[in-house]
This record gives sequence, structure tokens and C-alpha cells, in this order.
Amino acid sequence: MTRAVYGLYRDPDAAQRAVGRLHAIGVPDREITVISNQPYEEYDFSKRDKSTWMYWIAGVGGSLGLAFGIWLTAATQRAWPLATGGMPDIAPWPTLVVLFELTMLFAILTTVVTMLVTAGLPRRRPRLYDPQVSDGYILVGVEREAADELRRALSADGAEVRTK
Amino acid sequence: MNDRRVSDDLLRPLLRTSRLFYVLVAILCAGVGLGAVSWYVQLSNGIGVWGLNWPVFWALDLTNFVFWIGISHAGTLISAILRLVNARWRRPVTRSAEAITVFALMIGAMFPIIHLGRPWLVFWMVPYPNDRAMFPNFRSPLVWDFFAISTYLTGSLLFLFLPMIPDLALVRDRTTGFRRKVYGMLALGWTGTTKQWHRLETAMQIMAIAILPVAISVHTVVSFDFSMAQVPMWHSTIFGPYFVAGAIFSGIAALIVAMAVLRRTLHLEQYLHPVHFQNLGKLLLMMSLLWMYFVFAERLTTWYGNEPSEMAVFWATQRGRFAPLYWTMLICNFAIPFPILAIRKLRTITGCVIASLAVLAGMWIERFLIIVPSLSYKHLPYSWGEYRPQPVEITLMISTFFAMALLFTLFAKFVPMISIWELKVGDHPAHEPTPAEQDEVQGLWRAQP
Repeated sequence: MTRAVYGLYRDPDAAQRAVGRLHAIGVPDREITVISNQPYEEYDFSKRDKSTWMYWIAGVGGSLGLAFGIWLTAATQRAWPLATGGMPDIAPWPTLVVLFELTMLFAILTTVVTMLVTAGLPRRRPRLYDPQVSDGYILVGVEREAADELRRALSADGAEVRTK
Repeated sequence: MNDRRVSDDLLRPLLRTSRLFYVLVAILCAGVGLGAVSWYVQLSNGIGVWGLNWPVFWALDLTNFVFWIGISHAGTLISAILRLVNARWRRPVTRSAEAITVFALMIGAMFPIIHLGRPWLVFWMVPYPNDRAMFPNFRSPLVWDFFAISTYLTGSLLFLFLPMIPDLALVRDRTTGFRRKVYGMLALGWTGTTKQWHRLETAMQIMAIAILPVAISVHTVVSFDFSMAQVPMWHSTIFGPYFVAGAIFSGIAALIVAMAVLRRTLHLEQYLHPVHFQNLGKLLLMMSLLWMYFVFAERLTTWYGNEPSEMAVFWATQRGRFAPLYWTMLICNFAIPFPILAIRKLRTITGCVIASLAVLAGMWIERFLIIVPSLSYKHLPYSWGEYRPQPVEITLMISTFFAMALLFTLFAKFVPMISIWELKVGDHPAHEPTPAEQDEVQGLWRAQP
């Protein structure tokens, strides 16, 4: 039983037209998958899924790092007070260096984790994929039964239509 | 340029292996092995086999530490800046730069551990609950080093790895058998959906913003190892920016040399154009001038202050026993690169490489001159002493250059040295602004009430 149908296009203009035809036959945007071996920011099909909370999440990660840094430096220095150069047990200026590094470390780690989670990585076997994408083809596909109208919409422009 | 041809050209080194590669790897492994033997000798006999002696307890090991951490500024910092300003010429350059950062950091971070003498106790630096009920002293600059270098290394590794994912997926699709499995795992199941591209580019944008201050902090913190101490010519507020400038300076030089080697050995002439070297050469020229400015500011302030303990170091470097090294440093860091890079006709690939090699030598000497003369001439003349490097230290130092070359060679064998997808994006025709975007731009120029 086929669960997905897709067309492979040589150039992004043809892929854009295929997306347009899928819209025309009532396929909602969220069901259309476009896969390419490079980002095509100039095309409408690439404008989807652009909004993201990643910047805010990175900020939250950084704040967590800062909080962890404050706890680490304060708690450990109180647990084992070491008199150093006449400085207080929790010396503000030196502590700032550690706080800064931990803030940035957490922001970076949060960014990477958020990127992986929201991009659906890592995953074992891509659901809709064709190795020809690596050769420069652009895949436009839909994960549903390969109805005739879908095939027609995808096969215009001389694209090769495949099912999975 | 044709999509498939770009992939073929840049994946060729990964898919075909010449005999020369094995010979080169064998030579480099032998060089690294020499270093391993030296370290073994040091571990067996103690750090007494080094030339360290009172009052010079930091010498070649710390020189190498500062030098390699400086080289690490080649990549992530340059790459992040060029990404943020969206410089189109960065595309073939960034991966080499980021790889240099990671490898140089790995090598540089080894030296404080080697310097411990008992490296198996390095975990004492790690803040974790333990039976000793002891935690690192957060007021020690060496602990700041631990945090700064760990953060920078983690960030740089991820900054290198994230944009590699699409290229690893490309290799996955071009290989079979075991290699396909390995690259498949490394590619994390990347397909290239529009959502994945957006998330990757956003993550790179955030990382570029985050990694810039981290990179600057790392070398500032390395400078704090010195400037926090009451040692003549160390206790100076100029040290932070001076070290950062020097690090970027040597980093760019290392990047130029690495790119020239790659261009020659992997036949990347169609991708690494003279303009890339010229642009990096201009950056190197700017950093040469900036470095010279810092040297002048530091020297003038010390000379004008005329503080006796500082003047002892000052004169030892300018006309004493360190003078030959001092003047060689100035020639290598300014007298050679300045004319080569300032005169357009001389700013060729060969010219840039000659200037860069001079800078690398000059910057290593600079690190040595920051550390050893100051320790040799401390405040009280009775504590003055001499330092002579011993064979164990010298071989260990030489082996780090072999280690760098080996890591870089192996990396070039397993990963495309030019970011293929970014290069292809660079070939897209210029974007025609939509009417909405045109309105937005015009709106910026409209007078606001």
C-alpha cells in the first residue's frame, strides 16, 4: 500500500509550480513536504515554518545557565570557604567570569537541543526521502494515498513521480 | 556552477584515497609519536626534565598553550563575524576556519594538563561533589580558564558540526556499506525539509551571536592568567585586548596557510580563489597594524613610567639577552607582512602565505617573550634567573605542529573541507525583492514624524 507520493524536480521554479498545483487541488500547506539539498530562501515554498521561538528559548537557556552559575559558585564557596588574597568568600568580580561562561554555555546547548528537537533530529529512517535529492533534485511530496489527481499535479513539468 | 559537479569535486577527496595520503599520515603519526615519547619521559622522570627552574616555572608549555589558544581564534570568531555580516566570500573559508579552532583548542588545552606534571589529577579542576569536600577556587584565573575553554570548545565543536550535517547527509547518499552507516548516523537522519533548513540557519545565527563574546572572553581569560599576577610587565589592563588582537592575528595567519595547503593538495583552485586570500590578507594587514599599535602603547607606557622592575624586563627584551628574539618578532609580525600585504601587487596567494608564515613564527616568539623575560626578571634582583629549553620540551612542542597537521589531514579525508550546501547557496541568483520588501526598505528612508 502506498503511503506517500512525490515528484522530483530539476529546478526550484518547477518545484514552486508543483506546490502551487497541490494547493489548487486542495492539499493543505502543512501536508506538503519539500526537500532539497540546499535552502531556497527566495522561493515561497521555503517561507513556511519560518517562525520560531528559538531566540527566546536560547535566552531562557542562558538564564538557566546564569542561575546554575550563581548556585554553583555561591554554594560551593560557602561549603568550603578559602581565604584568598583578602577577597570575600563569594567575590563578585571573579565570579562574573564563571557566570558569563556558564550563561553562554547553556544558551548554546539550549539552541542546539531546540534545533534538533524542532527539526525532528535525530531520526532513524526519513519517512519521505529520495537519495536523488543529493544530486540536486527537489522533492515535493504528500504523505497520503497516491490518488490520480495528486499524480497529475506532481507529474506536470515532466517530473518523475514516485510512490512509497 | 553545476550542482552535481560541485558535489563531485568536493567529495572526491573523501571517496578516493591516494598512496600519498597514507605516507603523509604515517609521517605525521611518527611526529605525534615523538611527542608521546617525550611526554612519557616527562611522566616517568617528573617535570625536572624540562628547563624550568626558579624563578621561571612557566616557559615553553605555557607559551604553546597561549599560542594554540590564539590560533583557535582563526575559526569560530572569523566564521561567526563573516556569517553575521553575511559576507558572500566566506562560504569556502568557514569550514577550514572552524576546524582549525577545534583542533587548536584541543591541542592548546592539553598544555595546562601536561604542565600539571600529574595529569591524572586534572579532574580536581572539575566542580563536582566529592569525598574531599573541596571545590575549585573560583577566584583563581586557572579555574576561569577551565570554564572559558570548556565553553569555547563545546561551542566551537557544535558550531563546526551543525552546518556539517547536510554535507554528511550528502556523503551518506553517495556511499555504500559501512561508510554509509557511519555517515548515516552522523547525519542524524537529515533530509533537508524546509523546516530543517530554517532551524539550522536560525541555530547558526544564534550560535554566531553567542560564540563571538565567548571567543573574546577565552583569550581575555588566558591573558588574565598573567595580568592578575604582580609580575613586571604582566600586571596591565592592556593585556586582555592585546591578547585578543594577537590571537585573531595568528588565527588569520593559520587559516591562510591551511587554505593554501588545501587548495594545492585537494586541487580546490576553482573554489578557493585568489580573492579569498586577498580578503584574508587585508584582514591580516589590519591585525598587523593593530598588533603594532598595542606593542607601541605597551612599550611607551612602560618606558614612560620608568618603574625599575618593569624596566629590567623592558631592556632585557630590547637590548639584552632576549633582544634577538624581540627584534625577530617585530620583523616577523610587522616588517615582513606589512609591505607584502599593503602593496596590492605583492598580495598574491604566495605573498599571503609568506606573510602568514612569518606571522605564525612571530606570534609564537611573542608568546614566549611575554612569559619568560617577565619571570626571569622579577621585582627583586636576587630572584633573577635563566631559562633554557630542554629537548623533552622542544620535541613536545614540535609534535603539536604534527598533531595539528594530522588532525587537519584526517578531517579533510572524512569531511568535505568546503561547506557544499553553503557554496551552492552562494551560486543562487541575486534575490529580487518582492513589492512588500521594497515597501519595507523605502519605509526605512521615509522621514518619521
